[in-house]
Parts: sequence; C-alpha cells; structure tokens
Amino acid sequence: MSIASAQKRSFGAVLWDYLTTVDHKKIAHLYLFGGGFFFLLGGLEAMAIRIQLIQPENDFVSAGFYNELLTMHGTTMIFLAAMPLIFALMNAVVPLQIGARDVAFPFLNSLGFWLFLFGGLILNCSWFLGGAPDAGWTSYTPLSVTSPGHGVDFYVLGLQISGAGTLMAGINFLVTIINMRAPGMTYMRMPLFTWTTFVTSTLILFAFPALTVGLFLLMFDRMFGSAFFDVTLGGNSIIWQHLFWIFGHPEVYILILPAFGVFSDVIATFSKKRLFGYTAMVFATILIAFLGFMVWAHHMFTVGLGPVANSIFAIATMAIAVPTGIKIFNWLATMWGGRITINSPMLWALGFIPSFTIGGMTGVMVASVVADYQYHDTYFVVAHFHYVIVGGVVFGILAGLHYWWPKMFGRILHEGMGKLTFWTFFIGFHLTFFIQHFLGLMGMPRRYWVFLEDQGLDTGNLISTIGAFFMAFGVIVFVVNAIYTAAKGEKAPDDPWDGRTLEWTIASPPAHYNFKQTPLVRGLDPLWIEKMEGKGNMTPAEPLGEIHMPNSSFLPFMMSLGLFIAGFGFIYQVNYNWAYILLFGGMAITLGCMLIRSLKDDHGYHIPKDELEREAD
Amino acid sequence: MKGWMGKLRAICLLGLTALVLSACGKENLTALDPKGYGSDQSLYLIILTTIVMLFVLAIVMLVYAIVLIRYRKKKGREDYVPKQVEGNKTLETIWTIIPIVLLLIIAVPTVTATFDLADDSAASDNLNIEVTGNQYWWHFNYEGQEIQTSQDLYIPVGEKVYLNMMSSDVIHSFWVPTISGKMDVNPENENTMYIEAQEEGVYWGKCAEFCGPSHSLMDFKVVAVSQDEFDQWVEDMQNVDPEAQPEDAVAQEGEELFQENNCMSCHSVGSSPAQIGPNLTNFGDRSQLAGVEDLTKDNLVQWITDPESIKPGNKMTGQYPEVSEDEAGKIAEYLLQLQPSEITPESAGNE
Amino acid sequence: MSHDHSLNPETMPNEPEKATLEGKNKFLGFWFFLGGETVLFACLFGTYITLRNSTAGGPTSNELFGLELVFIMTILLLSSSLTSVYAMYHMKNNDFKKMQLWLGITAILGFGFLACEIYEFTHYIHEYEFTFRSSAFGSAFYALVGFHGGHVTFGLSWLIAIMIRNAKRGLNLYNAPKFYTFSLYWHFIDVVWVFIFTVVYLMGKVG
Repeated sequence: MSIASAQKRSFGAVLWDYLTTVDHKKIAHLYLFGGGFFFLLGGLEAMAIRIQLIQPENDFVSAGFYNELLTMHGTTMIFLAAMPLIFALMNAVVPLQIGARDVAFPFLNSLGFWLFLFGGLILNCSWFLGGAPDAGWTSYTPLSVTSPGHGVDFYVLGLQISGAGTLMAGINFLVTIINMRAPGMTYMRMPLFTWTTFVTSTLILFAFPALTVGLFLLMFDRMFGSAFFDVTLGGNSIIWQHLFWIFGHPEVYILILPAFGVFSDVIATFSKKRLFGYTAMVFATILIAFLGFMVWAHHMFTVGLGPVANSIFAIATMAIAVPTGIKIFNWLATMWGGRITINSPMLWALGFIPSFTIGGMTGVMVASVVADYQYHDTYFVVAHFHYVIVGGVVFGILAGLHYWWPKMFGRILHEGMGKLTFWTFFIGFHLTFFIQHFLGLMGMPRRYWVFLEDQGLDTGNLISTIGAFFMAFGVIVFVVNAIYTAAKGEKAPDDPWDGRTLEWTIASPPAHYNFKQTPLVRGLDPLWIEKMEGKGNMTPAEPLGEIHMPNSSFLPFMMSLGLFIAGFGFIYQVNYNWAYILLFGGMAITLGCMLIRSLKDDHGYHIPKDELEREAD
Repeated sequence: MKGWMGKLRAICLLGLTALVLSACGKENLTALDPKGYGSDQSLYLIILTTIVMLFVLAIVMLVYAIVLIRYRKKKGREDYVPKQVEGNKTLETIWTIIPIVLLLIIAVPTVTATFDLADDSAASDNLNIEVTGNQYWWHFNYEGQEIQTSQDLYIPVGEKVYLNMMSSDVIHSFWVPTISGKMDVNPENENTMYIEAQEEGVYWGKCAEFCGPSHSLMDFKVVAVSQDEFDQWVEDMQNVDPEAQPEDAVAQEGEELFQENNCMSCHSVGSSPAQIGPNLTNFGDRSQLAGVEDLTKDNLVQWITDPESIKPGNKMTGQYPEVSEDEAGKIAEYLLQLQPSEITPESAGNE
Repeated sequence: MSHDHSLNPETMPNEPEKATLEGKNKFLGFWFFLGGETVLFACLFGTYITLRNSTAGGPTSNELFGLELVFIMTILLLSSSLTSVYAMYHMKNNDFKKMQLWLGITAILGFGFLACEIYEFTHYIHEYEFTFRSSAFGSAFYALVGFHGGHVTFGLSWLIAIMIRNAKRGLNLYNAPKFYTFSLYWHFIDVVWVFIFTVVYLMGKVG
C-alpha cells in the first residue's frame, strides 16, 4: 500500500509538494489547516468579545477595538473558517463518494485554495497595518464607506480575493459531480453529502457574484471616489444591503446544506440503516436552495421596504421551515428501528438535532415581521444564528471530521477526547447562546461594546461568558486530540465504521489515484449492497489500465500571490504613488501566470499499468 | 442529612424565583412587559409563534427520546442488521402537511399586524415629530410646533405619535422596546412609524443599527406624560427665550464662555433648526447626560473637557478651543440651569 | 499512448471541443461560469436601474446619449458574434486556416467596438464633465458599461493569445475546447450588450 511504502521525505520536499499539489486529498488537508487556523483565530476574537461583556460597562477592550473584534469574528468565522472547513470535507470525500480519480479541474481546485488563503491573510494583515475593519461583517454602507483608516479596504480586497476562490471551487464541484461519476452512480444513487455539495455549489455559483458586485461598488466608493452609496451625489445606501443579502442569505444555506449532508451520511451509517426517505431528502435540499434565493429581504424588515414586501418575504421565509422539517423527521425516522452506535461522530449528529431544531424554531419566529421588529439586531438574532451556524454547521463539520478523519489521515481520532470535546462544547454552546434569546428581548441590541449598569442585563451576560469558556475548552481538547492522533493515534482500517458508501472501499488514506479500477455502482449505498450480498468489495467497471493524472503546478500559488500583492497596491494607491508598483506588479504576476497557463500545454501524465500491478502486491 | 437537603431546596427555589423575576428584564427597557401599542402587537406574535414552535419542538424531542431509548445498540444484539426501510409516503405527507398548517396559523396574524403597523393614513391628524439620527445622539423636531429638542422625546400618553425619521450620517435604528419595535433611520429616505405609549413613564430607547464606536452609548429616552402635562411642556418650550440672561452670576459667565468658544456654531438653545450638535434648550431637564451618564456637574465638566472619554468617536472632540476645568465648570453651570419646563422625566414617574 | 491529438479529416470527431473528458469538463464548467457572470451583470443592471435618475444636478441620460454611435457599436459587436460562429463552423470542419481568418475578423470588429466605446467615454468626460465621480448615475453608468468593456478587452487579449499560440500547429483535441470556450464567452458578451443597449441607451433616451 502506498503509505506503507512512502519514504520519509525532507521538510522542503513536503512543503513543495503541498505548494504545488493539485490532488484533491492534499488540497483537503490544506483547507483543513487553513480553515482550522482561522477558526482558532475567530474563536480567540469571540473570547475577547465575551470577556468584554462579562460585566456591565467593562473596559477590557476599547470601543474601536471591540468593533474590530466583532467584525473580524463574523467575517473570519463565515468566510475563512466555516467555508474552508466545509471545502476540506468536500474535497476529501466527494470524489471518493462518486468513484472519481480526481476533480474536474484540479488546477482550479488548487487555485481556489490559494486564493482563499491569500484573501484571508490580506484581511488579517489589517491587524498590523493600522487596524482591522470595524463596520461589522455585513459592512453596511454608509458606515463602511466613512469608516476611517484602511480597515474596510482590507475587508473588501480580502473577501474579493477569497470569494473568487470560492466561486472556482463551486464550479469545480458542479462539473465534477456531473461529469465524473463512476458507471452506475446515477444522480439518485449519490450519497446525500455529494448531493448537498452539488446543491451548495449551485448556490455558490449564483450567490457569490452578488457579493462580488457589492464589494466592487464599495471598493469604488472607498478608493476611487465613486458615488454609489454617497447620498449627497444621489447614491443609495440600501443597494448594498440588497446585494449583500442576495448573497448573504444563500450563504447561510451554502454553509448548512453540506452539514445536512454530513449528518445524513453519519446517521445512516451509525444507525445501520438506509437513509429514510432518500428522495424526499434530495428534493427538500433542492427546495431549500431554491427558496433560499427568495428570502433575502427578511434581513431587512426594519429598513422600511413597506408592508407588501415585508409580508411576501415573511411568508417565503416561513415556507423554508417545511423542507427543513421534512429533513429533521427523516433523520429521526432513519434512526427509528435502527441499531444506533453512539460514538464521537454520532454524538455530534445527536447533539445537532435538538440544537438545530431550536435554531429553526427561532428562525420561523424571526420571520414573523412584527415580532421581528423586536428581535431584529438584538441578541435574540445573535442567539438564533449561532444556534443555526454553531448548532448546525460547526456540529456538522466536527461530525464530518470525526467521521472522515480516518479516511483523510489514516488514523482514528481518540474516542475519549472526542467525547470530552463534544460534551464540553455542547454544554458550553447552550449555556452561551440560550440565554441570549432573553437578553435580546430584554433590550440588548447586538454589536454593543458595553451594556449599562442596572438595566437587567448582567446575569444573562455573565452566564453567556461562562458558557463561552466551556466551548473554548472543548476546542482546545479537539486540537490536542488531533495532535495526539497524528503522533500516536490508532491506525485506521479501510472501513472503520462499517460504512455504506464508496469512500470506505479504498485504503485509508487512499492512493493518489483513489481507485485503481473504477467501481461499478449497483444502487444507493453501493458498499452496503455488496456487503449484504456477502462480497464486501466492489466489482470493477473496467479492466486494470494506465491512469491519467494531472501535473502539479506552482502557478496557482503564484497567481494568488500576485493578487495578494496587487491587493496592497489597491489599498495604498489612495495615499501613496509607490503603491501603483504593487498594483501593476501584482496584476502582472497574476495575468502573466494566467497567460502561461493558457499557452503552455499541460497534458498531465500516466501511471503505467505495471506500476499499478506492482503496488497491488 | 435532611437539613442539608432542605437548604439545597431553598437555594434552588430562591434561585428560580430570582431567575423568573430577572427573566423579564428592566421594566423601562424590556420587550416582554409591553406598555405601548406596537410592543403589544409584537409580544402577541412572539407568544403565538413560541407556542406553535414549542409544540413542534416537543414532538421532535419526544420521537428523539424514544429513538435514543429504544434503538441504541444492545448487548447480545451486536450483529443485528435492521430492516433497510426506503421511506413511507404517508409519513412524508403528514410531516409536510402539518407544518404547512402550523405556518398558516402564524402567517395570517403576521401579515395583518404588518399592515396594521405600517398604516400611516391618520398621520396628518396626529402629532408628527421629525426624528434625526446622528452619531451618537437623537434629535427631535416637533413639526409645526417650533420645538426642537434632543435626547429626550416627550409624547402624550394614549395617543398615536408619528415619527418621520431620517439620518444625517450613517444608518441608525430607533428602538424603544417597551413601547414599540424598531425602525431603521436611513440617510436617503424618510421612514415613518407611529408609537403609542399606553402608560405614563420614561422608556429607554436604544440605537439598534451598528453605527460606529459609540453605537452602544447612543441611548435616548421617551418620556410619556399625560395630555395636560404634555400641553404644558409644549407651552413652556415654545416660550423659551434663547437670549434670556441666567440669574446666577457664574452661569452668566458660563453663557459668555459658551458664546466665546463657538459652541453656538453647532449647538443651539431655542427652536432654531441648526443641529450639528444636540439642541440644548432643556438641557437641565434631561434625564441623563449624553444618554448614558448621570446629569451631574462633575460629569458635565468631564464631558466638556474630554468628550472622548465618555463617547468614543463622537463628533465634538477637537471641534472647539481647549477649555480649562474652571471654564468648563462655568459652562456647566450655565447649561444645567437651562430648565424651561416644570414637566421633566420625573413627572412621568417610573424611573 | 500518444499525447499528440492533432486532427486529420479522417479521425476528426464531430465535436472536437467535447471529444475528451477535459474538453467536456471545460465546456460544462464554462457554461456554469457564464451563469455566475449573468448574476454579476444582473446585479450591475439592478444598481444602474436604481441610480439612473440620480444625476445630482449633472447631465441626464437623455442629454448624454447619442443613438447613432451606439447603433454602430451594436452592429459591430453583433456581427463579431456572427463571425465567431463562422469560425466555430470551420473548426468543426477541421479547416484551421478559415477558422483563424474568421477569428481574425472577429478580433477586428471587437477592436472597432472598443475604439467606439473609448471615444464615447472621452466624449462624455470632456464635453459634459460626466465622470465616474460626478454623480451616482455616473458611477453606475461607467460601472455597468465599463465592466462590459472590460470583458471585451479581456476577451480580445484571450483571443489574440490563443490565435498566436496555435498559429503554427493547427487544431487538435487539446486546443479545440479553448477556441470553443472563447466563442461561448464572446456570445455572452454580445448578449449582455443587447441588454445594455436596451436598458441603458434606449430606455435612457426614451424612458
């Protein structure tokens, strides 16, 4: 097997390998490390926020710094932690689940990662260059236009660059899933995680361009003197809110749908049952995505759009509860009559159901316009979206990581530490956020640097901060677990969980070409079918032959680096002429690399048949 | 043993009572104890949706509990392979139809209330107040009454008051949880909402749209007084003579300093519409200084000498010549005696 | 296996752009990309429609636009779309020279369009002092039409690059998808222009 024969390589060789890799499994590792790093950073920011709010009129951080913290916490967690971590799972798993040797565009896949990383770095460079963005992750104009310093400029450029990467990743998965499925893997036999990846990618494709345009307009206003949001020149600041939420609401589903996919796979596997109502689950996913595009204005009920618009968007929003409810009941029905194994991946799925149901409930509650006049922009909403995003997305990522860790790294995470992570994080999560529903209704708006003494908000905030420490502890245990596992973890067999889908038919971790012979898929849960028929492994769909693989490339790194440099040029050309050197130099690097990519033939290489035969022994 | 248990029970009970009492929050601020028309409507929907949703949650948790108790892996049945069920049409239909019905129960009153609260057809028959949101203070112009004031909004109880709101800089949001839900205050278009306080009192208002460093300090008050008291207040405010000399000598010096230091280029006393800074006509009657501090001379001196220490990012810092503590004290004396009306937040009671 | 996918009339598949898996992926991926671009332009159109009367005292669309020039630009771009169709027709018939010829004509028409647009912009700036910064309408106009112009510029550079790169070696299964995706891109730009012509110029003149 390939890992057994792998030689110990020098650090430089490994580094170069990762800098140039186009292998989806290694890109998954990169996304995991990159996203994990930003997750810890965002968590640190969250802890600073909670410490500031531990008591009334606290002065742990200054007002300006607090606003930077809350902006960066939101931006980091959504764009630089949750999304990349989901991409890590998608990259690690989707090609394996459909029986493909790679993704459709390995080069773009790598480019997508480096764009995300350099976008994230540019955003975080702001901490050291005069202050981070401070207009909230939503960056509402005109506050974001008038915000002094360069903070918001870093927000604009950072998100623009990482957003381009996300768009590429979306297109890549769409084409991969459409064109590269193994023989017999029809759409209605795809595992739910693949399905949700597919639908999520569609959402990315149609939602991110709205953000792109919004960021361009903001960039033009801040750096090139245009007047889109400048009321004195006829501009209109509400345009930003529309563009932002046309992107922003689908973004919520971009995050949550893959988590739904993870839970569907995890629950089916550990209940030893086929997913109940598979067809309904698929259509519910599609329906959620479709409706997700028609509800953006429910973030804007208090803007003054008028009762007609508010009512329409309220009803459309409530309608989303129906397919979501279908999913919850189908998961419960999947477990019903099953043989449930409770281990660390399954614990996250079990913790998800009540947590997310509460998040969904409050979602319907905030959809009720007149009630939302009270909830809007208060801690009630903060509680609601943390229930959905932590209780849904983060739980989903953690379930997925515990579940697929053996496939990604060849080792099983320590079970005891896994359970400890779950229980501390789960208890801490509810402790932190449940009370915030009440804080909101008791009159605490969100994004408040301080709350005043004697306004009845002390106890709730104290409880919330205590909860946050539990969550932090859980995360630390997880990091320790990951390090421990890398050093001393138990080696994983090919199929540690008695799995049902194609990724469990190959080695942990898989060979770089994934499948020596493309498998023949005979139904939903293909591995389970073979197991039930007593075979336990897949029938190949082709004779053993040479395998075509893409070449590694350093260009994606260089293209992203070029944009990174040009980003600084854009930001500083407002003050200094030398910045134009950065701007044009950076763009020249990027465009030059694109030209090389376009003009230099890259046919990939072939693994000869005899080498594959040798490896079999 | 028994005594120990008893103590524990007593502590638990006490804690529970404290929790229930504190669960509603402060009476001038909470949305859970409404004293206005808008907040009443909101609370009704909050309760309705909560009940419906708790019903759903109860069902989910019931099934969840049964599943976890009955279907966990059991000793001796490790190799049991459950039946691979594809689905069930009847069940699928049930859990599609029932939520739709539940949502209709919520949707109908939601739409009704939405249109009700957006109805401004009666605006011209009622008191109209122009509200301007500024970083980080609120300005109120009583339309057609020649009254300008800042920070404290006086309204008559039991009457619909129409607020025509606009921002002078970034987006703010006008929120007085106890009497009404919120409405954004935009820089490019006027939003109208009405509020109606059902009981006299001072209600705490907050800015609910992120607007900069002192967003959390942009508090204001709504002072709901009886109709008679309100008429009295209107008369008092209209009779203010901005040129009037203070009686106290120190305050007189303060007034001169106030003029010498160019304070008037932003602030005004009386009903002149200039409003780069808050209108100070009834400054001495204000319930609080800058919305967040007690209105005392010491605090005011601190504000005049170093406003940044109270409200970070405010627009006053650096816009006026430096004043000594002594001078600031005199200006404070002048400002604090600006008390044109008998009707103050105290007249409204509950604070 | 040979990596030389050069075509000769005997072995040429019907659709050379989709004969390989890479070609198929590129073809489908590019369609998706254009889907995303559609949203991008839709957002710009939305912004423009919101702000088109916010002239802040500056010139209005009715005062600015002259339909004659815009009509010429429309003709240029529409015919360039047609010539790129001819080029693809010759690609499918494996006639590389004629394909290059028609692509060359496409490029010339494209440059003609671009020249008109640059003239138009300088005219507005010098005659009317109507700039990107003068009003919200100005910002929205230059953003929308400029984004389109930027797409044309990028398309032309792309076209020239692949024409020169492949001038000597002719058509093969590796570069056929590149030519084909370019033509898709060019049609897309053309469609966007039709909307710009209607929403910006016709509605600006009449509406």
